Amino acid sequence: MTRRERTVDVLVVGAGPAGLGAAAALAASGTRVEVLEREQSAGGIPRHCHHGGFGSRRGGSGSGDVSGPDYALRCTAAAERAGATLRTGITVTGWAGPRTLDATGPGGLERITARAVVLATGARERPRSARLVPGTRPTGVYTTGELQQAVHLHHQHIGTRAVVVGDEPVSHAAADTLRIAGVEVAALVTGHPATALAALRRRPGAPVLSRTTVTGLTGRARLTGVTVRHHDGRTTTLRCDTVVFTGDWIPDHELARRGAVDLDPGTRGPAHDASYRTGEQGVFAVGNLLHGVESAGTAAAEGRAVAAPVLRHLAGGPWPVGQVTLAVAAPLTWIAPNLIGPDGDRPLNNRFVLRTERRLTAPMLVVRQNGRLLHRQRMLLPARPGHPFHLSADWLDRADPRGDTVRISVR
Amino acid sequence: MTYTVTRAGQPLPAGLPYDVTVIGAGVVGAAIARELARYRVRTALVEASDDIGNGTSKANTAILHTGFDAVPGSLEARLVREGQRRLTAYAVETGIPVERVGALLVAWDEEQLAALPALLAKAEANGYHAARLLDAARLAELEPHLGPGALGALEIPDESVICPWTTPLAFATQALLAGVHLHLDCRVTGIESSQDIHTLTTTRGPLRTRQLINAAGLHADAIDRLLGHDAFTVTPRRGQLIVYDKLARDLVHHILLPVPTAAGKGVLVAPTVFGNVLLGPTAEDLDDKAATESTEDGLALLREKGRRILPRLIDEEITAVYAGLRAATGHEDYRIKEYPDRRYIAVGGIRSTGLTASMAIAGHVTALLDRTGLDLGAPAELPPLTMPGLGEVSDRPYLNAGLIARDPAYGTVVCHCERVTAGEIRDALDSVLPPRSAEGLARRTRAGNGRCQGFHCGAGLRALIEGTRT
Repeated sequence: MTRRERTVDVLVVGAGPAGLGAAAALAASGTRVEVLEREQSAGGIPRHCHHGGFGSRRGGSGSGDVSGPDYALRCTAAAERAGATLRTGITVTGWAGPRTLDATGPGGLERITARAVVLATGARERPRSARLVPGTRPTGVYTTGELQQAVHLHHQHIGTRAVVVGDEPVSHAAADTLRIAGVEVAALVTGHPATALAALRRRPGAPVLSRTTVTGLTGRARLTGVTVRHHDGRTTTLRCDTVVFTGDWIPDHELARRGAVDLDPGTRGPAHDASYRTGEQGVFAVGNLLHGVESAGTAAAEGRAVAAPVLRHLAGGPWPVGQVTLAVAAPLTWIAPNLIGPDGDRPLNNRFVLRTERRLTAPMLVVRQNGRLLHRQRMLLPARPGHPFHLSADWLDRADPRGDTVRISVR
Repeated sequence: MTYTVTRAGQPLPAGLPYDVTVIGAGVVGAAIARELARYRVRTALVEASDDIGNGTSKANTAILHTGFDAVPGSLEARLVREGQRRLTAYAVETGIPVERVGALLVAWDEEQLAALPALLAKAEANGYHAARLLDAARLAELEPHLGPGALGALEIPDESVICPWTTPLAFATQALLAGVHLHLDCRVTGIESSQDIHTLTTTRGPLRTRQLINAAGLHADAIDRLLGHDAFTVTPRRGQLIVYDKLARDLVHHILLPVPTAAGKGVLVAPTVFGNVLLGPTAEDLDDKAATESTEDGLALLREKGRRILPRLIDEEITAVYAGLRAATGHEDYRIKEYPDRRYIAVGGIRSTGLTASMAIAGHVTALLDRTGLDLGAPAELPPLTMPGLGEVSDRPYLNAGLIARDPAYGTVVCHCERVTAGEIRDALDSVLPPRSAEGLARRTRAGNGRCQGFHCGAGLRALIEGTRT
């Protein structure tokens, strides 16, 4: 018994919005695409996001405000209709060569060689342990991902009273899921300051404790409380039997790292240029593997946008080496794309995506290379942690493709 | 084949008293029960919690020691040395994951460097002759990611890492297969002793036994006092540990030990058989025998020590944080004592070396039973046992084409981070000693123990355990 060896034109790893977007666009151009998905059904994270707001983004799959599961079905149907081969329940376990992947499924072991590999393995939230929150290890501790699956896919009992850690869109989605499950939401806790618009954005119910950090969990078998410290040093224990750690996304980059794909230090996803090319020839990366978490619509749009560069690669186009790196200075945490391609390729919608670790009111973004000012851009709206903001790519033709790192800072 | 495992809500068997009852189903109690299973005596293993190996045995550094640094001539030194040989052989026989990675006692200053020859001599005195001194250049060759300033090391090639969960599970399973009764959720709260019978008051009713073995770990002193003794006090010594991601595994090739000081053995960095990297433990003497929480200070201290030992480790993702309590007695040796007139043996103060020494402790305790008036007769062979291959270098089912061809469930990966398949989870749920909680399943299969800590599979695993799949 050995591995079944095969070849395909393009192998996509991951059937979330990004991978399915790539598969749909490539298959539509007549390319032989195979998508491997380790879950039993395709669609990715939206499968268990029962809130609306999907599909309404610019260039999204379909138009209008649809739920996550419907969006997952639409993405899946689009890829299948275009002629992509979708295989679920197949786990990619490692690399056997530069564009050769090993996989395990109920049908046995495979070794698949592709002319181009598109990594679309997504992201996950950092769990309590990775955030080094001390205390006991009781039951009742979740990430949003686990919570949503427990409630929407498995209809499990959650608890009675919950604290949500975070104040990002995903945190509010977690609070909504808790309410659907009949759990009272005691508070949302965030280390960041309160925002002026908070009162308008939130529905009544759970207070947001701003500038507050979680210092520990209590309870032996079952969670009994979350201890917090306010910025002024006061400490409190919030009584609850459930806590959800939300946001703080980390790309699921294991396969990328095992394939020696260079990572960007900010995003912790593969370093990539505007054509989604990584440092490994023939290996592309799209979606939330690249940048913690962006909306499903953005991930899908990136997936569709990778088709053109993949086709150029299949046609024998050159693979860039020694690309110029983009680097951000604190409090900026990352920028994507984070390499400048040699062929003047433009990022999606002609703009870079950035994140900040603290709130910035009307920041001025400054782009420099070798000390030379390339671009300055005043933002009209505040930049908030957990939310994307953007930098125009209009300065790209002024950058030296053989120069030093391009540095982005705020003033 | 029927096994006797009883749980909360079920009656304890009535009728004849047991010949021997072992209190505490940790690694030591389970090893003793397994040893007794070789003889024609009716044996019970009683455990206060809902699973075996649920106390100190589940949360430790998982090292299979050579005993090179034990106190020469002590009971511990002898039992660790013998236990290491016995457990190594048993692991090969049953498939308990063990990796012989070797240890390096790293000297970070001149004083520590000067202490190494004495440690080499101590190893020799303990009958361990493979240790040798390494200079800084050789050390840097063996561990290129070590922090700056390491001056040299003592190499202990036979120190190994072992699976702390499969070991007590193997002991308990084999004991059950050979007829030992296991009573879970069964806390002993009182003991009445007559001429030839002990009657234990338990949270599940009375239990009668002729002989009593106390292997209650952190609570061994309390059980001892129920018999009217005041021989020792167990002080819980907490050890907090951080488990780093598998992607950090290539940073370290050996167990990196500090040179011991008066303050204890110190913080180590070690590979695990699951392919992760362990940093810890702290050493905090406490009063509370349930204080298994981690603390802000403890984790900060570990990260500070870890940064010195292996700087790049600190930038890697953290998979898990846990704390265990070792049973310190303020006495530098095991407290194993037989009371012939009471038909009782106390097995106390089994400290961090208990996992390594467990089989030798079992042999030693069983031999002492003769002195307490129990004729065991001739030993019989135990039924053979093969444990699931949980080790990262074992033949994991997800990579086994033949196995998957015979049973496709072994090709269906359920826990992605740890690559645990539906077949393995089914086998654990159908096993002699099935898990009743997500935590119990994790200790039997690794499922849910990975970097995502349940983000992807937690809800699905719980559905499998509770049978509430929808």
